[in-house]
Amino acid sequence: MAAYLIRRLVQAVLILLGVSFITFFLLYVLPADPVRQIAGRSATAQTVENIREQLGLDRPFVVQYARYLGALVQGDMGRSYLQKTEVAELILSRLPATLLLMVAAIFCELVLGLTMGIVAALWRGRAVDQTLMITSFVTVSAPQFVVSLLLLYVFAVKLGWFPIGGYGTFAHLVLPAVTLGILGSGWYSRMMRSSMIDVLRADYIRTARAKGLTRVRIVLRHALPNAILPIIAMIGIDIGVFMGGIVVVESVFGWPGIGQLAWQAIQRVDIPIIMGVTLVSACAIVLGNLLADLIAPFIDPRIRLR
Amino acid sequence: MKNLLASTAVMLALALPGLAQDYSPDPNAKPGGTITITYKDDVATLDPAIGYDWQNWSMIKSLFDGLMDYVPGTTTLRPGLAESYEISGDGLVYTFHLRPGVKFHNGREMTAEDVKYSLDRVTNPATQSPGAGFFGSIAGFENAGDGGLSGVEVVDPATVKITLTRPDATFLHVMALNFSFVVPKEVVEAEGADFGKKPVGTGAFKLTEWTLGQRLVFEKNPDYWIAGVPYLDSFTVEVGQEPVVALLRLQNGEVDIPGDGIPPAKFTEVMGDPAQAARVVVGGQLHTGYVTMNVTTPPFDKLEVRKAVNMAINKERITQIINGRAVPATQPLPPSMPGYTEGYAGYPYDPEGAKALLAEAGLADGFETELYVMNTDPNPRIAQAIQQDLAAIGIKANLQNLAQANVIEAGGAGTAPMIWSGGMGWIADFPDPSNFYGPILGCAGAAEGGWNWAKFCDEALDAKAIEADSMFDPAKAEDRLKLWSDVYMGVMDKAPWVPVFNEERYTMKSERMGGEDALYVDPVSIPVNYDYVWVKQ
Repeated sequence: MAAYLIRRLVQAVLILLGVSFITFFLLYVLPADPVRQIAGRSATAQTVENIREQLGLDRPFVVQYARYLGALVQGDMGRSYLQKTEVAELILSRLPATLLLMVAAIFCELVLGLTMGIVAALWRGRAVDQTLMITSFVTVSAPQFVVSLLLLYVFAVKLGWFPIGGYGTFAHLVLPAVTLGILGSGWYSRMMRSSMIDVLRADYIRTARAKGLTRVRIVLRHALPNAILPIIAMIGIDIGVFMGGIVVVESVFGWPGIGQLAWQAIQRVDIPIIMGVTLVSACAIVLGNLLADLIAPFIDPRIRLR
Repeated sequence: MKNLLASTAVMLALALPGLAQDYSPDPNAKPGGTITITYKDDVATLDPAIGYDWQNWSMIKSLFDGLMDYVPGTTTLRPGLAESYEISGDGLVYTFHLRPGVKFHNGREMTAEDVKYSLDRVTNPATQSPGAGFFGSIAGFENAGDGGLSGVEVVDPATVKITLTRPDATFLHVMALNFSFVVPKEVVEAEGADFGKKPVGTGAFKLTEWTLGQRLVFEKNPDYWIAGVPYLDSFTVEVGQEPVVALLRLQNGEVDIPGDGIPPAKFTEVMGDPAQAARVVVGGQLHTGYVTMNVTTPPFDKLEVRKAVNMAINKERITQIINGRAVPATQPLPPSMPGYTEGYAGYPYDPEGAKALLAEAGLADGFETELYVMNTDPNPRIAQAIQQDLAAIGIKANLQNLAQANVIEAGGAGTAPMIWSGGMGWIADFPDPSNFYGPILGCAGAAEGGWNWAKFCDEALDAKAIEADSMFDPAKAEDRLKLWSDVYMGVMDKAPWVPVFNEERYTMKSERMGGEDALYVDPVSIPVNYDYVWVKQ
């Protein structure tokens, strides 16, 4: 186990190094000059060159990348070009909101998705199955912007049950989390359905049935733990997606998450922020997957981590 | 002797504090209350030397002051932190007498040393100010650095003398720009790069809370040097709010001013509802949207081709795309800008005439080119309309929908044959015709990386522009504006641009907001002049 963990962590570092290199390189070759964004439209050529020199952007790519990595190793993610604030501070200030929404959204996805998946699998081929699968198809394809605004309009503006956007209380969290839950539930329900159908065909389920166990007990005790493995892996990926930011939902609900920060930085070619957010979300994807792999043996003892 | 007399006359004229043109406060204005403004994007910085977006521009104006200021709701200059000033006869030396007893938010009195420090700081390359270029006429600008500007002298704690290298008719406007605002040295040095998050100025409001990505709270400065100002106890700026949602919240009474304006998708609905339309204030804006044609690349090096493009574009139709929130433009200057040429009709919309001009240029069969456009709504739709208009005279324009930074890069590098300026268009930094020329139409801006995307450079016009800007004597203001008008007419003769429209400003406010309409479409404070608006209950 320890050896496995060490190997995976070394792999994680290599992946992050690769991600940082590719992102840095793409930003370097991008046909947009951050210095012009900083210098403004009235700047003289001399001012532009001065700024380029101060930021070290006149140096060759390798030197720039080495400097960035050197600072990063010491925990320095740099300062935003335009806001002049520490990138770490900007990201940290948005991390609580991002994490809270992530946990709440995954919870909603699971409650909705797993319930739909199990019900569809149990009544496979019936009208209820078909209805649920069409629903899942619709939720997966629905544009975030439309669903967000629709829920906001109905439940916040018309019914007044929840505040119209913002952050701070449980009431503020409900609508964005439910929106993301609905949007993501389609993936989970489809995966849960097919996984469940496989498991329900297994010999041990037939044995359980032959023993005369109740249907509820068969599903919850015998089928679910075995069917849920692919779902765990999917949560790992989901964590990364949420950490990368959910720009549309965040901006409709005025949720101060990391997505808004990333979007603004991309618009303004604010390289230190783009690098910071990319690395944080890459970290989350790597750790999310690692976590999913580590949990797997506890659910299914047949799995050995090597 | 004649010179001396003339110079005395100028000095006397300007030594008056100029209060005759000052603002008369609204007799109904009530002090107290708080308002909420929303924005989609987070506020970048509140450092006056750095902040340069329309979002933080008026917040900075409420936190800090400059030597000069504008009469609220107008483009008329008035003294700010300077109580009075004198200009030498040759127009090269400006002496500012500071208002006594003005205090920073930290309680310390503001002095001439602070004025010098602030100007030295903004021009020091280490500050990386996007506004440094505005101070180019101050002596010592070329060598600005840690040693400061040699042209800015502290005569005594209440007097600053600024020496220029050339007469500059726009200098008083520059002294009213945010970049010239006065900051306290000890706070800037203590906070370093974080000063933009913890600003301390002399302004009507002070910043009391900034939660990154969520909100900023500005509270009234009780010691503000203008008695009775501001009216509001505080205002809160909430960031990260989608404009459509901000409008819903306004309708629900939770928001007083949606900072990003009325979203295009909701515009017809708002204007069609009398109750909502009554709360919309419409005003001119110092903005022009234009299409540039790179005059250094064929076929746009031919005057006939550029004129043909001018005649091919149906500006009326394009203004309809943005719900009529603009007026068709005839020239580079917007109508509310001094120096605008009244009565000039511009190039007519005449596709047949345009075809004839193309034939004259030997391009009767048209040609293929590229039109660069920023990829946010409504710009791609406007570019499509331009594309259709050009197709009608045989020009096949391929659209390059790109992020803002990429369009700016292509424009600066001169690789874009045509650019629609939407989303990056010129909004004046200060209300003076010269501000629409240098960087975007003058030879200096045509250099690699400059904002003159047409790469247009006419030395005779440049010489005229310099002549106009050296006419600093207020008695010659009319002559100066006439000269500027000539410069822009000269530009239209050469047709490096198609001026397409001048955007109007539509500001929406909640029912409880008070104050005259001009404060809500203040030409220099967008979206509103926070210092002078008030609430009814």
